[in-house]
Amino acid sequence: MRKGTRFALLLGAVPFLMLVFALPFVNRAEPVILGFPFVLFWILLWVALTPLVLFLAYKIEKKFNPPDDEEKR
Amino acid sequence: MNAALLIISGTILVSTLVGVYAGRRVKMNLENWTVGGRQFGVVLIWLLMAGEIYTTFTFLGASGWAYSKGAPTYYILIYGTLAYTLSFFILPELWKLGKRHGLHTQPDFFIKIYRSRALGVLVAVIGIVSILPYLQLQLAGLGFIVEVASNGAVGSKLAIGISFILTCVFVYTSGIRGSAWVSVIKDIMMIAAVAIVGLGVPRIYFGGIGKMFKAIIAQKPEHLVFPGAAPSMDVLWIMSTVLLTGLGFYMWPHVFGSAFSAKSEKVIKRNAIIMPFYQIPILLVFMVGFTAFLVLPGLKNGDTAFLALVQKTYPSWFLGFIGAAGAVTAMVPASILVLFAAALLAKNVYQTGFNPEAGEDRIMRLSRAMVLVVMTAALALALFFPNALVNLLLIGYDGVSQFFPGVVLGLFWKRVSRAGVVCGLVAGIALVIFLVFGGHDPFLGLNAGFVALAVNAVITVGVSLLAKS
Repeated sequence: MRKGTRFALLLGAVPFLMLVFALPFVNRAEPVILGFPFVLFWILLWVALTPLVLFLAYKIEKKFNPPDDEEKR
Repeated sequence: MNAALLIISGTILVSTLVGVYAGRRVKMNLENWTVGGRQFGVVLIWLLMAGEIYTTFTFLGASGWAYSKGAPTYYILIYGTLAYTLSFFILPELWKLGKRHGLHTQPDFFIKIYRSRALGVLVAVIGIVSILPYLQLQLAGLGFIVEVASNGAVGSKLAIGISFILTCVFVYTSGIRGSAWVSVIKDIMMIAAVAIVGLGVPRIYFGGIGKMFKAIIAQKPEHLVFPGAAPSMDVLWIMSTVLLTGLGFYMWPHVFGSAFSAKSEKVIKRNAIIMPFYQIPILLVFMVGFTAFLVLPGLKNGDTAFLALVQKTYPSWFLGFIGAAGAVTAMVPASILVLFAAALLAKNVYQTGFNPEAGEDRIMRLSRAMVLVVMTAALALALFFPNALVNLLLIGYDGVSQFFPGVVLGLFWKRVSRAGVVCGLVAGIALVIFLVFGGHDPFLGLNAGFVALAVNAVITVGVSLLAKS
C-alpha cells in the first residue's frame, strides 16, 4: 500500500473512533455546551470536523502518492 | 383555490418542467440516461447525492423520532457522516472501474468483478426488492404531507397519483439529469423550510435552542441521551446500527449507480469532503421534533409532529410552502429509485439473464418502457395495497448492506472469490430474514442486520481462502 494511502486510511478511522466507539463514554446530557446536551454536542463536533479530517487526507494523498495515469490526462 | 394549494401545485409543475428540460439538449442513450454521460461536476454530484439522501424521511421521520424516541434520532447524523468518510476511499476506485469498463449499474459491477451473470441477476433482484418498498415510503410521505398542507383540499391518493406520474415523465425523458436538476429546486426549498422552522419554533416557544434543551433537561433529561424513550435502542444498538447503515448507505443500487455519474475521481473525493455539511439541515429538523415534544405532547403518531407544530405556529400559506417542499423532497428520490429499478430490470434482469446479445438501443428503449411498468406497479401498490410492502421495508437496509463485503473486497482484495461472495451474500440475506421476521431484532442488543453483515463478511473471506480458485 502506498504511503499516502496508509496515512489517509488512518485519518479515515478518526470519524469511526469518535462517532461510534467513543459513544459509550459520551452518553450524557450534562454539561450543556453551546446550548446542546453533551452527547449531541459531541456528535455535532465530529460531524463538523470530519470534512477537515478528510480534507487533510486528500492533501496527504496528493503529497505522497504520485499522480497516476488517470489524473495526468 | 387557496394559497397553500397554489404553492404546492405550482412547485410540482415547475419541478416537472425543469426535469423535462434538463434532458432536452442531450441525445438520450443508455450512458446519458443512467449515468449522465459521466459528466457531472462537484455541484451536480452533490445535488444528486443530497437528493437521494434527503427524503421525506428527513422531514417526517427525523423529527418524529426526536419527538417520540428522543436521542436515538441522533443516529441519522452519525451514519451519514460515516458513509461519506467511506465514500472518500471506496467510490473513487469504483468510479475508475466503471469508467474503464463502461459500467452503469451495481449488478454490472458484480458481473465484471466476479464474472458471473447469475450473480448479477441475483444482485439485481435483491436491489429491486429493496427499492420498491423504499419508493412506497416516499409516495406515502408525499401523500401525507400534501394532504395535511393543503388542509385536506387534495387527498393523499390524488396527490400521489399526480405528482408521481409527473415524476415518471421527467425520468422517462431526462433520466438522471432530470433528477439532479430538480434537486436544485428541492434543496433550496427544503433548506429554507427547515431553517425557518428549525430555528423559528424553539425561539417562538422558548426563546432559543439552548433554552429549549434546558427545558427538556429540567423535565425529562433521559429523553436526550441514549436510549431515550426507546429501551431497545441503547448505545450498543446505536453503535451497531450506525455501522450497518453507514456501511450500507452506498450499497443502495441508486446511490451506488450515481457514483458513476461523476466527471472524475477528484470530483468524488471533493464531494465526500463537503457532504458532511449537508447534515446541518437534519439538526434543524431535530429541533422541530424536540420543541414539539414539549409543546404538543401526546400525539399518537410522532411522524406528524413536524406538520402539527407548523400548523399550530404559522399561517396556512406557509404550511403550503412546507407541503410543496415536502412534495419535491419525495419526488426527487422517487425519480432516482424509479430510474434505477427500471435500469436494473432492463439491463440486469432482461439483458443479463435472458438476452446477453441485446443491443444498447434496445436496452435503452426497454429501460424507458420499464419506467412505465415500475410506475404502474408502484402506483397500484400505493393506492390500493398501501400496507403490502411494510414488512419488506424493515429489511431493505439490512438487505442492501449485505453487498458490502462483495463490493469492498472485490475492489481491494485480489483473493476474494465468486464462491465466497455468493455464499456470504446468501447467508447474510437468509440471516436477515430469519432474525427480523423471527422477532430476534435486536439480537443480543445489536442491530440484526449488523449481525448478518458480520457473518456474511466472515463467510465471504473464509470461503475465498478455503476454495482457492
